[in-house]
Amino acid sequence: MAEPVLSIRELRKNFGALKATDNVSLDLKPGEIHALIGPNGAGKTTLIHQISGSIRQDSGAIEFLGEDVGGLGMAARARKGLGRSFQISSLAPEFSALRNVMLAQQAAQGSSFRFFRPVMRDRSLTDPAMSMLERVGLAGRARLPAAELSHGERRKLEIAIALALGPKAFLFDEPMAGMGPEGAKDLTGFLDGLRREAPILLVEHDMDAVFALADRISVLVYGRVIATGSVDEIRRDPEVRRAYLGEHT
Amino acid sequence: MSSALLIEQILNGLQFGVMLFLMAAGLTLIFGVMGLINLAHGSFYMVGAFACAAVAAATGSFWLGLAASLAAAAAAGAIVELLVVRRLYDRDHLDQVLATFALILIFSEGTRWLFGSFPLYLDIPPVLSGAVDLPGGARYQLYRLAIIGVGILVAVGLYLLISKTRLGMQIRAGQSDREMIGALGVDIRTLYTVVFALGAALAGLAGALVGALQSVQVGMGEPVLILAFVVIVIGGIGSIKGALVGAILVGLVDTLGRFLLPKAFALAMGASQGATVGAALASMLIYIVMALILAFRPQGLFAANS
Amino acid sequence: MKFTREILINTVLAALLLAMPFAALAMDEPFYVTLATRMAILALAAVGLNLALGLGGLVSFGHAAFFGIGGYAAGILSTHALNMQPLLTWPFEIESSEQMLVAWFVAVAVSGPVALAIGAISLRTSGVYFIMITLAFAQMIYYFAISWPAYGGEDGLSIAMRGTFPGVNTAVPLSFFLICYGVLMVALLLFACVRASRFGAALQAARQNETRLAAVGIGPFPVRLVAFVISAMVAALAGSLYADLNRFASPSMLSWQMSGELIVLIILGGTGRLFGPVAGAMLFVLIESVLGGLTERWQLFLGLILLGVVLFARGGLIGLVAGKSRHG
Repeated sequence: MAEPVLSIRELRKNFGALKATDNVSLDLKPGEIHALIGPNGAGKTTLIHQISGSIRQDSGAIEFLGEDVGGLGMAARARKGLGRSFQISSLAPEFSALRNVMLAQQAAQGSSFRFFRPVMRDRSLTDPAMSMLERVGLAGRARLPAAELSHGERRKLEIAIALALGPKAFLFDEPMAGMGPEGAKDLTGFLDGLRREAPILLVEHDMDAVFALADRISVLVYGRVIATGSVDEIRRDPEVRRAYLGEHT
Repeated sequence: MSSALLIEQILNGLQFGVMLFLMAAGLTLIFGVMGLINLAHGSFYMVGAFACAAVAAATGSFWLGLAASLAAAAAAGAIVELLVVRRLYDRDHLDQVLATFALILIFSEGTRWLFGSFPLYLDIPPVLSGAVDLPGGARYQLYRLAIIGVGILVAVGLYLLISKTRLGMQIRAGQSDREMIGALGVDIRTLYTVVFALGAALAGLAGALVGALQSVQVGMGEPVLILAFVVIVIGGIGSIKGALVGAILVGLVDTLGRFLLPKAFALAMGASQGATVGAALASMLIYIVMALILAFRPQGLFAANS
Repeated sequence: MKFTREILINTVLAALLLAMPFAALAMDEPFYVTLATRMAILALAAVGLNLALGLGGLVSFGHAAFFGIGGYAAGILSTHALNMQPLLTWPFEIESSEQMLVAWFVAVAVSGPVALAIGAISLRTSGVYFIMITLAFAQMIYYFAISWPAYGGEDGLSIAMRGTFPGVNTAVPLSFFLICYGVLMVALLLFACVRASRFGAALQAARQNETRLAAVGIGPFPVRLVAFVISAMVAALAGSLYADLNRFASPSMLSWQMSGELIVLIILGGTGRLFGPVAGAMLFVLIESVLGGLTERWQLFLGLILLGVVLFARGGLIGLVAGKSRHG
């Protein structure tokens, strides 16, 4: 069996008395989509924040490509190849869609301390950024400021930015949120192909998408992983049905 | 160096600190509740000093002047809040800085227009003139002791106001969650005006009290304002307790630094050169302390909204 | 590049400023040459600040510190050159010089490390903290300057002879103006380059959304720090010219009012705009001299104008004329 790309061991995070992350261990293997599901407030986004480095864990280890990244900042982890999308779209609002992707492209190429060459005339930035936008179907909106894009378009732009980083693993936090049934279906197809480039840790509420995409599912309730397994195993798991799926039926 | 001299300097430092606290308390309250950075706070200090000096000169009574300083600064604060500042709560800090910078220009030139360019003088009230004997043989100006007393009273008063009264409850609610107090049915607009006027009144009080020690002149507020910024940066923005600790710390460090450093350097480097170096270093000391504290605690000693 | 209305306005502004001293001389009003020089120098300082404030969103209320350091660099060099003293005797001897280029170099070389230290501490914080801390550090340098008697203390430092420049007689007001104007144009060109560059992209992204910048793997802190340092060096260069213009390095160059005025220049002109500082400086000096000629209380009216701009015209002058700015 292949070594996991991302491996989280006994992660804990408390906010006061609230155990937001309670002894969570999980891993992400090459080529897989590992879905993280759980009711609202289960601590999914908090977990993603700790993996990406915007929140520091209280204890536990985060290993990425065999290296402990638990002490690194967000920018350093991104440079190592953790590509992340945000639950609430987080873009440079004044920049065009193209420039948002170009920013990621420039980061992926290395130093940003270059002061003279205009980025808009730098084909090594514009061309790949444009092709990322084409891949997510935003090529026609490339010149529009991110602030003027629709909600669904911003979600796609988030993904284009993550793609431009050429990451070794994707962290997607509810990419389908607010996409509408058509958009969600398109995106499901897109993510299905994406796993061949890098494995995806996917936080998602859209169960159709999760069941269609996931190789494995972990169920998070009150900060704890109560079950991990294949789609069928999770569907059959009585504890999951009681704690989680029960709420929806 | 006699211990009496040292005690005197420590008391001077306390008095300076207390005065900074009166300024910083208002600033930090206004930031904590409304999220506003107010550069014009020094103008209220000046307004208080001028009101006190003018009324004391007209009536012959320092106490009427003191009452006038509170009233004038509070009124100026309320008017400024109603006309200008309440349009700034939703703006970014840059807009707040610029608008309140504009207010400084308006207040300073307005005051110069009213009172002319010459400084006014304010006498210490007769009851508080003279000096008292301290244990250890030191004598100390009664008026400065009284300022320290006023500062302690204000600190206790603010503590009681914030922890025990309905207004204080609203202020605390405002600091932790601005939307929440609206939902609780508190009239936020009035609350903001009251808090702003309260902060202005404290600044005016400080200006009036210090006015009797120094001359009363246009531009007297801003150096104090910047020191008050240092105080709340050290103490943690939004925290009254931080303002108190920071103010006393800055007051003592600055006063004792100016007293001790030239002497210390004179011992090491010879009298004239040492005194120069010591004095120059003393003038930078509190900023160095601020930098050191920030290097270890970027949010200040008592961060309120961390 | 598309020929927008903003480019037209920029061209007009550049031409106007250049034409002003020639027109003044033609009308035998040499005082306006000084005024135009003042505009060019203040605009240069504001171009520097605009890099930090306009592009990076760093509201530095302490840029007078760097402006003043530049002024004192010119003043101290001139004093030493006049007295034939070396600038430094320890650890190694450095000769003083009346060359303007040396003063510029010293201004930039001293302000850079100072800005690095101030920036490294201030940029650990953000928002209101950053504003207050930069203000406090500038005040520290102000107090240091007035308590250090060797270089004038509270009286400041007069410059007996304006620095010299190869091939130019700097004592001729028009020649000195042209030097300042040339430096301003170079600074504007550099600003435009930086804004369009990779560094500029990162810096502007840090202002718009620092989480986004970090999430793509670019740490906001070093980007901001470098911008802050460059910005300070440009302000110091302007300060050195300003002291040469007035033949005086004054502690007031280091004062909080000066820091405030530099911000005001940018806002009057339009934040983040290439020529915002130029428009702002021209407008500011014009207000100062026109209102100042009418009333002693001109600052009162400046305050009212500024209040009006902040409350009602947020794009500044160029924003009013050229409309909303657009990015790539």
